[in-house]
Amino acid sequence: MAREVFLTHEEVLQPVSAGLEVDPSAKASPEAVLAGPGRRIEGRSLGQIALMRLRRDKVAMAGGVVVILLTIFAVLAPLIVSLLGHPPNEFHQELINADTQVPIKPWGGISRSFLFGIEPVNGRDLFSRVLYGSQISLLIAFLATLLSVVIGTVMGVTAGYLGGWIDTLISRLMDIFLAFPLLVFALALAGVIPDQAFGLKGDQLKIAVIIFIIGFFNWPYIGRIIRGQTLSLREREFVDAARSLGARQQHILFKELLPNLLAPILVYSTLLIPSNILFEAALSYLGVGVQPPRATWGGMLSDATQWYQVDPEFILPAGLAIFVTVLAFNLFGDGLRDALDPKSR
Amino acid sequence: MKQKRIMAVASGAVLALGMTACSGGSTTSTATSGSSVAGQNAGVNKVFQPSTVKGGTLRYGLAGDWDSLDPGDTYYGYSFNFVRNYGRTLVVFKSAPGVAGTKLIPDLAKTLGVPSDNAKTWTYKLRDGLKYEDGTPITSADIKYAVARQLDKDTFPNGPTYFNDFLKDVPAGYSVYKDKNLADLKSIETPDPKTIVFHLNKTFSGFDYFAQLPATVPVPVAKDTGAKYKEHVVSSGPYMFDTVQVGKKYTLKRNPNYDPTTDPDSGRLALANNLNVEVGLNAADIDNRLMAGDLDVDVAGSGVQAAAQGKILSNPALKAKTDSAVSQRTWFSVLNPDVPPLNNIECRKAVLLAADKTGYQRAYGGATGGDIATSLLPPVIPGHVAMDLYGAKTNPTGDIAGAKAALAKCGQPNGFATNISYRAERPKEKATAESLQQSLAKVGIALTIKPYPQGDYFKLYAGKPDFAKTNKLGIMVYGWGADWPDGFGFLSQIVDSRTIRASGNTNLGIKIPAVDAALDKALATTDAAARNVIWGDIDKMVMENAAVLPGIWSKGLLFRPANLTNVFVNDGFSMYDYTALGTTKK
Repeated sequence: MAREVFLTHEEVLQPVSAGLEVDPSAKASPEAVLAGPGRRIEGRSLGQIALMRLRRDKVAMAGGVVVILLTIFAVLAPLIVSLLGHPPNEFHQELINADTQVPIKPWGGISRSFLFGIEPVNGRDLFSRVLYGSQISLLIAFLATLLSVVIGTVMGVTAGYLGGWIDTLISRLMDIFLAFPLLVFALALAGVIPDQAFGLKGDQLKIAVIIFIIGFFNWPYIGRIIRGQTLSLREREFVDAARSLGARQQHILFKELLPNLLAPILVYSTLLIPSNILFEAALSYLGVGVQPPRATWGGMLSDATQWYQVDPEFILPAGLAIFVTVLAFNLFGDGLRDALDPKSR
Repeated sequence: MKQKRIMAVASGAVLALGMTACSGGSTTSTATSGSSVAGQNAGVNKVFQPSTVKGGTLRYGLAGDWDSLDPGDTYYGYSFNFVRNYGRTLVVFKSAPGVAGTKLIPDLAKTLGVPSDNAKTWTYKLRDGLKYEDGTPITSADIKYAVARQLDKDTFPNGPTYFNDFLKDVPAGYSVYKDKNLADLKSIETPDPKTIVFHLNKTFSGFDYFAQLPATVPVPVAKDTGAKYKEHVVSSGPYMFDTVQVGKKYTLKRNPNYDPTTDPDSGRLALANNLNVEVGLNAADIDNRLMAGDLDVDVAGSGVQAAAQGKILSNPALKAKTDSAVSQRTWFSVLNPDVPPLNNIECRKAVLLAADKTGYQRAYGGATGGDIATSLLPPVIPGHVAMDLYGAKTNPTGDIAGAKAALAKCGQPNGFATNISYRAERPKEKATAESLQQSLAKVGIALTIKPYPQGDYFKLYAGKPDFAKTNKLGIMVYGWGADWPDGFGFLSQIVDSRTIRASGNTNLGIKIPAVDAALDKALATTDAAARNVIWGDIDKMVMENAAVLPGIWSKGLLFRPANLTNVFVNDGFSMYDYTALGTTKK
């Protein structure tokens, strides 16, 4: 009912564009002339406009392509490794100089069968370790981001829309979480994780705990943004109108507010993912996280630091993997923000 | 005995310095053989560039701070080595290359200790003509005072607690700074100025090793300033302190009142005229300065850092200037008999047989890091007997068939699953766990790797039997070094089942009654040769029991700058002998 009379942000454009639709058989109107023969003039939704802007942003598109490729690589890691590499934990000690313990071949032992070279000491295949490491990094980053976004959105909308003492409570809660020494807490918590809990064990449990730590403690960042957006949205005319027509709170929250919050949620998710990848790398660098011999990017970096003078190539695969992934997500996220909200440029 | 500290201490040695100037010409009397031909290990078991030429300044450098130059307050192997330049102890390790350096020689005393009362009482008679740097005579009361003052661990927290633990009737909280009357300490007697008698609370045949501790360097009561004494230690050795900048730099010059005729046995040469010691340096910087000729000796003596090692090993000219010093340390893993099926000796044997010993060695840096160990006791410790019960030499990468046969006897023909723990901060232990996981998987023994923080490894994890049992830590990666090359210091804390407590253990689970009995027997055996045989027997019993998986007998790679003369590794310290070095640099 409210829809027909009071239009939301997105809907505002629809009827207008609908009005522009012209029957080609009718007399040539200025619009039809403009469009040329055989083409209908169509209105574009905000989503289409954003997509068009995004497509024009070559840097963002490149970032997006890299992100998609990385995801595919991570998912298909076992297949790719079986074609192009060796099992990630397999030793190749015959390729290592027993005296100096670094790869016999130059450039970190790079060869056709070891695309990224090999580790010192035991000669494990760096290519397959980087690929398997991406599984852990991306899994943790995606799920932790999802957790943060869900909690952050719920809390942010609740605080912003309801206001009053609930807003105060949630805002103070966010302050407390933001002040939390997350890294120290993660280090301490990871030390006391038992072998089995919640029906999970070993690495599954460790990954779950890390996802929880990263996701649960990062929600205030997105929560604050959502709260701010909600605060300004709830004073807008279309919300007022819906309210005055007696729309239920649920309707206002999910049909009026949430669609308008999608853009910031999307943008900040894309920007939260790389920061979570970095946080996961920091944790595994510090030895918290999945147990060896399973490969992680941070763990590989930490191993490589002891060899940087005699086998500097060892540091590159994991370092570049983190660098490229984080950069790609950031570029894509920036492009997405520009596309969805050009005013913020 | 104090495990963690010691472990840091016992590792290698780096320095050796010498002093003197002209190039090494004549052969020293202490050298049994010598050579001026450079090459790797030219200073191992022999003297490189033997010389008796005096003069020049030796430049020592130390990464980090020295715990203390006060002989009563120091507990590092390099300190025990260096202190001989400015202090004399009752007995001392001979300044001689190789295994001859593990021999105790009387220094202030005329002879080694004379035991009585079933080795509970030890008597030493001092030499004549002993003097401090100011010319005042050294008496037995000064030695009693020196030992008594360092019993106060509030004032001197760094030193070992051997005397606290073994002296009879040390009053609780005893401190010479509270109780000025030395007569109250009855467990040390000085019937006359040339005699000192120690009374112990138990039979201890190895007391001479205590008498070589820097704690027995005499301290004149009148000059003692407690915790500040380290700013000017009164010398009884060939050098005395010239300038002292604590935490920065120390310089030593010759002690005019040191009379070499009172020191006929120790082999101290004191070739250089001056010793300069810089502390608080960066470890990598020390290696670079050694190679550049800006520094003569790395005091720490544990070998060059990994980065320099890579550079040295890939350059034959640099490699020729290094010595690989065997240390009094073994890296090994304990097989936990509390965790089934490792309670069955056959299953433990299967682990020992299947393990890839070369993989263990790689984890510790390959041949440079040490030799593959075939038993627990390092070869440098007297009493070591060569044995190879599990084919480490014949099947260095693992005896799969033998291991499978042992597994069948154990009733686990398809292998079993257990956990392996290591100290998370130690990449070499991580590499060990990963290597064992690979090699044991070949016979079906599946290992899950469990890192724990090293700070609490003994208090909360591997050293806590309850934790190790409930968390099924079947294999615990570990290592141990002795304070000095003797079976007591090496073995007693890691194989005596009676030392096992609820937590904080250094014995991670070796429980063999015959070993306990043999330890008691050794402590009561005053004949060193007979005692050393017992250490070898204990080593064999531990290996027959398959209680540990020996990994590596550790080594340190020492760099030997070209200007050093009279360079050799003293096995008593596992480093260059700091009283023998000379320099050709004026």
